[in-house]
Amino acid sequence: MSDNNLVNRQAPEPQYDTGGLASVASAKASRRQFIKGVIASGAVASSAGYLFGCSTDEAPMTVAGGVERLLTLTVNGQTRRVDVLPNETLAMTLRYKLNLTGTKLGCDRGECGACTVLLDDVSTYSCSTLTHSVRSRAITTIEGLESADGELHPVQQAMIDELGPQCGFCTPGQIMSAVALLRANPNPTRDEARMALSGNLCRCGAYDHYLNSVMRAAEMA
Amino acid sequence: MSKDMMAAFELFQPDTVDGAVDLLTRYAGDGWAVAGGNDSFDWFKDRVKRPRYVVDLSGISELRGIREMPDGGLEIGALTTLTEVETNPLVQERYDVLARAARHVASPQIRNSGTLGGNLCQDTRCWYYRYGVDCYRAGGNTCYADTPEGQNREHCLWGADRCVAVTPSDTAPALVTLDARMVVRNASGEREIPAEEFFIGPDIDIERMTVLEPGDVLTAIRIPADWAGATFYFEKVADRNTWDFALVNIAAAMFVQGGNIERIRMSAGAVECVPRRLSVVEGVVTGQAKNEATARLAGQSAVRGATPLNFNHFKIPLLQNLVTRAIRDA
Repeated sequence: MSDNNLVNRQAPEPQYDTGGLASVASAKASRRQFIKGVIASGAVASSAGYLFGCSTDEAPMTVAGGVERLLTLTVNGQTRRVDVLPNETLAMTLRYKLNLTGTKLGCDRGECGACTVLLDDVSTYSCSTLTHSVRSRAITTIEGLESADGELHPVQQAMIDELGPQCGFCTPGQIMSAVALLRANPNPTRDEARMALSGNLCRCGAYDHYLNSVMRAAEMA
Repeated sequence: MSKDMMAAFELFQPDTVDGAVDLLTRYAGDGWAVAGGNDSFDWFKDRVKRPRYVVDLSGISELRGIREMPDGGLEIGALTTLTEVETNPLVQERYDVLARAARHVASPQIRNSGTLGGNLCQDTRCWYYRYGVDCYRAGGNTCYADTPEGQNREHCLWGADRCVAVTPSDTAPALVTLDARMVVRNASGEREIPAEEFFIGPDIDIERMTVLEPGDVLTAIRIPADWAGATFYFEKVADRNTWDFALVNIAAAMFVQGGNIERIRMSAGAVECVPRRLSVVEGVVTGQAKNEATARLAGQSAVRGATPLNFNHFKIPLLQNLVTRAIRDA
């Protein structure tokens, strides 16, 4: 029985739309950059309006205390002026108002460590801190570790060299805890490193790799 | 995600204790004092408790610090962080049981912002209560944990009185053992309350864990010189080595002379709604040799009268063994 239909048939060439998308692709733009552009242009109220329960279109909230206050925060060595609600956590401010999305929200309950930042070199869960309570502190996030010319912090470099992360979601928090450790104790034992990172969960189970990275960073620095 | 944003509140940030007392008195009933926030924000984010007026104590510098008292004791400001307590040379040198207890609280980040006062005043962790159901402690008329199928493995062995929740604090048993006094200020003035009387069970008031009422502020913890430099023992058993609240913890202080236990104070946490002073054990071992036989007798005496629930029987041998270790290995 002849099956000419099948023998000679080949899958058709995929047809890509090379119109508008090509120009976007060639401009090296990305969805990530687009979203950050929206935030940077001040349209944050509309994109995160559902979160903060208000929008620039409507009158300010009439709930008691629902009024934002303009704060001057010191974040990664820079002065950032931002409107902050009384009930706003530092994690929310960093992520949704300051465009610093490196700090992650894992549980938002102080039970995972993904939101770890440094306050005056001390590691803290930014999800469990009111921004208003820490406006006089020096805040350091993951974005603030690399040097001005883009050279990575030793801990960051060590994580790459030792293949610390797997999926990378807990990594910013792990790195901030490691940086806090090394600023206080530049030559920790593995057990001291283990204690210092004991407030950071890793669902991928890469704990041992993180410890290797921290020990390597301690050697490097 | 939007549910996790806390409900709106008015935030006050006084810089004096009297200012805080003023605010909390004025807004009694709808006010809330926040120290580190690790307990409070969980309630707010789950929207189970929604105070309209939140008083942030973290800017009050007179509430921080560790100072020596004229009689040789130590005064610790209520807003002193657990890390500051844990690493303080005076605490480590003279009252190491408190340093060890502070070191076992939660995780490093929580210890960095969590305060000693907050750790003492924190609310219980019974998951039914935390979930927001209308149990006795929440003002209702039922208990979900004290039922045949209620998940009560973390609940109490003594002192059940409609509520079977336990004290979650690690520093509370240490301070009861050290015979500390809590300094509380309100609109009428200042008073000192012995640690054992500071914590209350459901038989006194089922809706509070401490004697603090709206308008009260815990300002400091004073530790007398009586147990400075004693032989200490602290152990906490929990599901994980970090973060978790104790299943049972124990804090002991003793003076040993010529191999005999001259005097001793000991308390256990997470077996009752308040830190349980182990007076029976103290009576049994005082004057006895500090050895295996005394330790075993102490362990057996510690668990007399324990009334387990359906899922927390393991706490009985656990407490027994911790007491044995405390006497033998301190």
